[in-house]
Amino acid sequence: MSVRDDIAARMPGGDAGLILAVLATAYLLYVLAGVVLGYDLRGQLNSLATLTFYIGVFAMLSLALNLHWGYTGLFNIGIVGFMAVGVYVMALVSKPTFVAGGAAQVGGLGLPLWVGIIAGMVAAAVLGFVVALPALRLRADYLAIVTIAMSEIVRFSFLSGDLQQFQLFGSKVGFGGGSGLILDFVPPLEALFQSVGLWGVYLGFVDATKVIVPTNPKPVVDGLVYGLLLLTFVTVFFWLLKRTGESPFGRVLKAIREDEDVANALGKDTDRFKIKSFMLGCALMGLAGILWLMPQGAVTPNFFRPRVTFFVWIALIIGGAGSNTGSVLGGATFAALLYQGPRYFQNLVTTVLPNLDSPPGFGQAIGPLISQLDPVPFLLYTIDSIRQLQLVVMGLVLIWLMHNRPEGLLGHRKETASVISLSRPKAAAAATDGGSADGDVQTDGGVDVADNNGGVDDE
Amino acid sequence: MSDASQPVDDVATKVDEGALGSFASGVQTTEEYPLRVEGLRKSFGGITAVDGATFQVESGSLTGLIGPNGAGKSTTFNLITGMIKPDAGTVTFNGEDITGLDPHEVANRGMVRTFQIARELSEMTVLENMMLAPQRQRGEELWRSVLPGVRNDVREQEEELLERVWEVLDFFDIDHIAEEYAGNLSGGQRKLLEMARALLTDPDMLLLDEPFAGVNPTLEKKLLEHIHELREQGYTFLLVEHDMDLIMNNCEHVIVLHQGRVLTEGTPDDIRSNEEVIEAYLGGNV
Ligand SMILES: Nc1ncnc2c1ncn2[C@@H]1O[C@H](COP(=O)(O)OP(=O)(O)OP(=O)(O)O)[C@@H](O)[C@H]1O
Ligand SMILES: [Mg+2]
Repeated sequence: MSVRDDIAARMPGGDAGLILAVLATAYLLYVLAGVVLGYDLRGQLNSLATLTFYIGVFAMLSLALNLHWGYTGLFNIGIVGFMAVGVYVMALVSKPTFVAGGAAQVGGLGLPLWVGIIAGMVAAAVLGFVVALPALRLRADYLAIVTIAMSEIVRFSFLSGDLQQFQLFGSKVGFGGGSGLILDFVPPLEALFQSVGLWGVYLGFVDATKVIVPTNPKPVVDGLVYGLLLLTFVTVFFWLLKRTGESPFGRVLKAIREDEDVANALGKDTDRFKIKSFMLGCALMGLAGILWLMPQGAVTPNFFRPRVTFFVWIALIIGGAGSNTGSVLGGATFAALLYQGPRYFQNLVTTVLPNLDSPPGFGQAIGPLISQLDPVPFLLYTIDSIRQLQLVVMGLVLIWLMHNRPEGLLGHRKETASVISLSRPKAAAAATDGGSADGDVQTDGGVDVADNNGGVDDE
Repeated sequence: MSDASQPVDDVATKVDEGALGSFASGVQTTEEYPLRVEGLRKSFGGITAVDGATFQVESGSLTGLIGPNGAGKSTTFNLITGMIKPDAGTVTFNGEDITGLDPHEVANRGMVRTFQIARELSEMTVLENMMLAPQRQRGEELWRSVLPGVRNDVREQEEELLERVWEVLDFFDIDHIAEEYAGNLSGGQRKLLEMARALLTDPDMLLLDEPFAGVNPTLEKKLLEHIHELREQGYTFLLVEHDMDLIMNNCEHVIVLHQGRVLTEGTPDDIRSNEEVIEAYLGGNV
């Protein structure tokens, strides 16, 4: 089974090398697709920026979900609800105050963007606490029901007219109801560079890129830089969760995932650990939601449908629950192949074979297949409706994974839950390196468990 | 609670409690009987698994808890350690009423149990299983584990713990499988892992549910010696075991449970000559 495991083990640069290799492959494929599609440089750059954006958001979300499911065994299927609360609270705090006659129906509190971001994360964490407190004490599957119900309740609340506008601290604020909310604060990149006093430098840089993108380079550069910013956040998530997992705290989480009763019997207040882990993950989901929607200019409640939650689950399952590296790889693979891929595939087919007419309806598509065993119209029809079929494709991929590689790309590599390497301390090793009586697998006391599974793999 | 029909020593501690208040009585009971179980009752649907069990365990003793299959021994352990909540009755540990506390609260107070069917954490290595056990680890606070400066404190403690863990692994003769996933161990090895893990929590009292099932005789002997050593240092053990010879040769006090009730208790010699016990064991269900 372990061709891919071997690749992972032999990969120069270890985890980072593997991630970079997967990213490089994805970018290469997209550049090639761009060449076939006849994109100019601007088109190529935009396409890469979009790819980076989705890799970034899905990697972040799948890392956060890995904390819940991979580390702690918490079945959260309400991810999108925490994202929504993050974004909406951020908007409430950071939108400029209401001005009559402006474009925005409602205002916000007009506080700086970073205050809004923190408020959004805190709100998502608090929602996590409220959801988890009763559910965690009940049977495990209650958490699943409660979270998905919560995410729909959140969406309907933001849709409802009651929260469309209200007074807060004397200003007219609100969530905009079904028509959504204009995110009319300072654009995130501008806010970021201004806060470190580099906005002028950035504008100069944008100007300099006119060499390669002669007209109006700013949207292109903005997109690419925002993509890089997201990848930086992915790195921060990764760092944070790696430290969380490789620690006594993470050890208890792992024990809870394996057998909560045992952890409890060993004196660990498992409810507390679960709630902390859940709240941290929810805050990160809130942040990922904010980073996803912040640059979009507007947000509507119906963006936050449960399908986004399932996208994140697919990303995590592809990568392998339990592994942070796997989560990033899963996020990247999902974004490149399943989320963005079908659209590119369809464009490629129609570019390469421009004169093919696909049948206008399902009947005309399936008819020749049945009557004359001619599959061409059906295939054309399928390609034509590939974007609608995206979910079907994802379902098929999931089924295939479940049958052939249920542990995901990297699920069998488990990061040791400790701050230190658990191999025998050197002094002790010299003193007591006696042989063992029974003929079990003999592992070398000096091996670093961090990059070795110990004697045998379990399959 | 204060009816006169209770055993003599029980009444004595009761009197102390009344006279000296809860603090003093706590010390008193700590010294004599760290664990006292009174009228414990639990039924599952129609089956009354534990039916008014009353007994106490003397400090520093190795007390045996025996009884035929289904007598309610494991259920009694579950009730004492809070895994399940009793329908009636009280559990007192070191003078404190711990009835209905959560398992981790019981463990924090110094009473830890092992399971009859070993419950290793299968996708964690033996080392990770062991490192989990020590109580009040600094790094169990999320912020300490994550923030750069303070993580060094955590690292220091991890290094100390690791040395102890390896000593215990050596002692239990499972050091050669230290880096193995616990799920890959043999039945006997799992039992050893569980007992080693329980010891690493540094409890005052250990409840062992058939700890030697599947353990080879040499190691069983070694473990028993170790238990006796720990006992001399003041640890208290309550041991469920079906091997009568083992019980008779090692325990100074034996409690016989039958159909959820204490049938009799006493020294191994008392038990050996007790008609009722012979009947309960040999005559099947009465
Ligand atoms: N969770 C449960 N639900 C239903 N019945 C249970 C449960 N736990 C125990 N019982 C029943 O309670 C009775 C006592 O079981 P228990 O496991 O305490 O016996 P035991 O003395 O430990 O036996 P053994 O020596 O075989 O381990 C049995 O009849 C058992 O079927
Ligand atoms: Mg039992």
